[in-house]
Amino acid sequence: MASLDDLKKRITSVKSTQKITKAMKMVAAAKLKRAQESAEKGRPYSQKMNNVILNLSNGISDKDNAPKLLSGSGKEQIHLCVVMTSDRGLCGGFNANIIKKAKSHFAKLVRVGKELKIITVGSKGNDQLKRAFGDKIIENISFKNSKNANYFDADKVGKIIIEKFEKEEFDICTIFYNQFKNVITQIPQAQQIIPLNTVDDENKSDEIYEFEPDEDEILNNLLPKNISTQIFKAMLENSASEQGARMSAMDNATRNAGEMVDKLTIEYNRSRQAAITKELIEIISGAESL
Amino acid sequence: MSEEFKIEIVNPEKSFLSKDDVTEVIVPAFEGEMGILKDHISIISFLKPGIITIFSKSGEDKFYVEDGIVEFKSNNLSVLTSSIFNLKEIEKSKLQDLIKIAEEESNKPEISDQSKYLADQKIEVLKTLN
Repeated sequence: MASLDDLKKRITSVKSTQKITKAMKMVAAAKLKRAQESAEKGRPYSQKMNNVILNLSNGISDKDNAPKLLSGSGKEQIHLCVVMTSDRGLCGGFNANIIKKAKSHFAKLVRVGKELKIITVGSKGNDQLKRAFGDKIIENISFKNSKNANYFDADKVGKIIIEKFEKEEFDICTIFYNQFKNVITQIPQAQQIIPLNTVDDENKSDEIYEFEPDEDEILNNLLPKNISTQIFKAMLENSASEQGARMSAMDNATRNAGEMVDKLTIEYNRSRQAAITKELIEIISGAESL
Repeated sequence: MSEEFKIEIVNPEKSFLSKDDVTEVIVPAFEGEMGILKDHISIISFLKPGIITIFSKSGEDKFYVEDGIVEFKSNNLSVLTSSIFNLKEIEKSKLQDLIKIAEEESNKPEISDQSKYLADQKIEVLKTLN
């Protein structure tokens, strides 16, 4: 059995860990509120953008000559996967969930003989994928220095992707991120952004639009912007999810630490009592023997 | 009969402005300025750097935009833009910064004709504001 001193030390160390996790939880909660707000505020933009593109692609006259970002390069051989994770750890299953989703997608692609290329956004994803898919990672982007997700960063990622597409380095691009549902639930998502998936047309309208200049030119301008917008959306969802995941993970940790402190305290008291009883027995039996 | 329609300006971060008592909007469309009144035909166009002017019951608002897309449909005007500034709130120093950035871009040697045109346009518009 551990000595009284050891137990005391352990209790203090668990208590100080608990203090840290509690503080982290508070910080995450405060950040979550902001991240959630900006994720919700950012939704109208990406939705509107999607609508416009949907209307445009419906109105396009010459389907064969549609921009490649919309119709694809005609092949499906090389897949580019953009895995978006956080830069910091201690956020529960947040990164692990994305990686799991991505890995199962990779395995599927490899099984059917497709070529795979990976871009990681955020250092945690890079760390975890380096071991198994290190030779496939072509770029690692990290925004450790920017405090909040901003459009400028997303635009940078978008431009890299488009540049690679124009050089025909890949045919299909998919992004992986966590969609924020609520504090305890984040759903890992795989979203194909090139070529654009226009199947989900709930808001399809038969409205006839006038275009100025013509459709092709607008599309050529709009599609690259849409890529950045989608990435920005993913970044916003991700940052809200990250804070949510961290908050619930830290909440759990705090609770577990509390339980541990209780258990250790009981053990401490027991051994203290045992020591006293032992001493008493020794004294009494000593006195009796006189 | 009312002559009003709705306008919504959104940027990636948030919904920037939303008004439903607008009588006329002038947008700097790519092929020239365009005034939009109620019951305009559905249109999609994109913007070049310039000034959006909104006339509404509550007065007149002016915004500087660098790029964006306008969509007008069933008396709803949506403007999607990544960079927009209210001319009433924008500061002189910020304007100077924007001019500087645009000038740097315009003077890059490997710039394409279209981006050069856009950058020059930016400078021109910004200088008239100054």
